[in-house]
Amino acid sequence: MNSSLRWRKFVSGFMLTMTGVCAVVAVSVLFLILGYLVYHGGTSISWNFFTKLPTPVGETGGGMANAILGSAKLLLLASLFGVPIGFFGAIYLAEFSGGAIAFVVRYAADLLNGVPSIVIGIFAYSLVVLPFKHFSTLAGGFALGLMMIPITLRSTEEFLRAVPSTLREGAMALGASKSRTIATVIVPAAYRGILTAILLAFARVAGETAPLLFTAFGNRFWSPGWNQPTAALPEMIYRYAIAPYDDWHRQAWAAGLVLLGLILVVNIVARGILARGIAVPRS
Amino acid sequence: MATTTTTVPSAGPVTGSRSFLSRLIEGDEIARLITFLFAASVVLITLLLVFELWQGSVLARHKFGLKFFFTRVWDPIFDQFGALPFIYGTLVTSVVALVIAVPLGIGAAIFLAELAPQKISDTLQFFIDLLAAVPSVIYGLLGVFVVIPLMRQYLQPALKGTLGFLPLFQGPAYGVGFLTAGIVLAIMVIPYIISVSREILLAVPRDQREAALALGATRWESTWKVVVPFARGGIMGSIFLALARALGETMAVTMVIGNTPTISASLFSPGYSIAAVIANEFTEATGDLYLQSLIELGLVLFLLTFILNGVARLLIVATSQKGGGMGHA
Repeated sequence: MNSSLRWRKFVSGFMLTMTGVCAVVAVSVLFLILGYLVYHGGTSISWNFFTKLPTPVGETGGGMANAILGSAKLLLLASLFGVPIGFFGAIYLAEFSGGAIAFVVRYAADLLNGVPSIVIGIFAYSLVVLPFKHFSTLAGGFALGLMMIPITLRSTEEFLRAVPSTLREGAMALGASKSRTIATVIVPAAYRGILTAILLAFARVAGETAPLLFTAFGNRFWSPGWNQPTAALPEMIYRYAIAPYDDWHRQAWAAGLVLLGLILVVNIVARGILARGIAVPRS
Repeated sequence: MATTTTTVPSAGPVTGSRSFLSRLIEGDEIARLITFLFAASVVLITLLLVFELWQGSVLARHKFGLKFFFTRVWDPIFDQFGALPFIYGTLVTSVVALVIAVPLGIGAAIFLAELAPQKISDTLQFFIDLLAAVPSVIYGLLGVFVVIPLMRQYLQPALKGTLGFLPLFQGPAYGVGFLTAGIVLAIMVIPYIISVSREILLAVPRDQREAALALGATRWESTWKVVVPFARGGIMGSIFLALARALGETMAVTMVIGNTPTISASLFSPGYSIAAVIANEFTEATGDLYLQSLIELGLVLFLLTFILNGVARLLIVATSQKGGGMGHA
C-alpha cells in the first residue's frame, strides 16, 4: 500500500518534470534560432549590405539594397490592398450584419487563412501575372495582401465586438447616427486592438517567401516602377542559402538576421500596444 | 481560436427603430453598403481562388483522372505526370513531424496550463507566440546550415547504429531527406500545438481537477486521467491544425528534403513534397499540361488543408463550449 503510493507519487513527479522539460525545449528553440542568426548574421552584416546591389556571381561583396526596397514596396502594396478590406469587412461583420451573411464571410475568411501560401502564389500568378504577362511587384503585393485580409478581418472583428455595448448605446442615446457612432466611438475605443491586428498581419506576411516565387520572382538589380520583377528579402534568403557560394551564404545569414529582427520587433511592439491585460485573439 | 464568436445583443434593435430615409440621410445606409462591399469581396476572392484552381487544372484532370494520384512517373518531356512520389513525401514528412511534435507540444501545453504559475506561463507563452512568428524561410536557412550537417554527422549514423535493423533507418546518410524535413517541420508546428492545447486545457473547469484530487489522485493522475481526456477533442483539433500547416509548408521543406521524386521506406532517403515541387518547377513549366499538373497539385493541397482545418475548427469549438457549459453547472 505504502509502496504503491510512493510509486504513484514518483510517477507524478517524474511526468510533471518531463512536461517542464518539454516546455523548456520548445522555448529554447527560439533562443537557438536567435543565437545562430546573431552569431552568423552579426558578423556578416555591414553598411554595404544595406546600400549596395548584389555583385555578379563569383565576386564577393555587395549587398541587398534592392531586396530591402523591394520588400518595402511589396509590403506597402500588400497593406494598401489587404488592410482596408480586412478593416471595413470587420466593421460590417461586427456592426451591420445579421447571421447568414456574417457566417459566410467568416467562413470564407477562415478558409482563406488556411490556404497554404504556395497556393496563394498560384492564384496570384493566374490572376495577375498571366494577364499582365509579367512577374511584377504588383503581383507579389497582391499575393501578400491576400494573406493579410483574413488575419486583419478576424481579429479586428473580435476587438470591435469587445467594445462594451454601453458605449454604443450611450452614443446613440445622444442622437448620433450609427455611422457616426462607429467612426467616433467604437473604432477609437478599439484602436489598440485593431492596430495590433494590423501589425501582426504585417509581420506575418513580411517573412512569406512561397507566394513571391512566381509573382515577384526576384531580381538582381533595382526594380523601377511596379510592373517589373523585384527582389525581396525572404526570397533572397532562399536563393542565397541554396546557392553553392560561401559569400552568398554569409549574406543569407545577414538577411535572415535583418528579417527576423524586423518581424520580432513588430511582434513585440504589437503585443506591447495591447499590454494592459487584454489578450490577443489568435487569428 | 478566434472562431468561437461572442454575440453582442444590443446592436440590432437600435437601427430598426428609425426610418430608412433617416438612416439614408445620416449616412448609415451608405456606410452599410460600403462595408458590405468590402466584406463581400472576401467571399468573392475565396470563390475566385477555388475557381481558378479548378479551371486551371482542367486539362490535367481530364487527361489523367484518378491515375494522377497513383502513378509515380513525373516526366515533363513525355508529358507524363503522376503525383504519387510527391503525395508520399508530403505524407511521410508530416507524419514524422507529428510523431515528434505531438508529445513535445502536449507536454509543454500541460506544463503551461496545469503547473506553471500564471506569470511564468504567460512569459513562456509569449516566447511561443514569437516562435510561431518566425518565417519558414528562416527555419529553412537553419535547416540547411545547422540541421543538415548535424543529421549527416551525428543523428543519422547514431540511428543507423542503434535502430538500423528497421527499414526506416537504412541507406546512406545524405543529411537531406524525409527525416530532416520531418524534424524541421516538427519544430515549426510545435508552437501551434502548444498555443491551442494550452488554451483548451485552461478552459477545463476547475471542479474537474479538484474532484480528482479530492478522490486521492496524484497531481499527474488528475491531469492525465481527468483533465486531458476532458480536453481530448480540442487537443485533437490542435493536432489537425498542425497537420494542415505541415502539409502546406513550402520553403523549409523545399530547402531540406532533397528534391528527388523517390518513394522509399527509408527515412534517410531524399524525397520531394507537393509544395516543394510546385515551388521548384512552376516557373519553369513549359507546356500547358505541365503547368496544369502543377496547378492540380495545388488543388490537392488546397483540398487537404481545407478538410483538415474544417475538422480542427469543429473539434476546438465543440470542446471549448463543453468546458464553458460545465463550468457554470
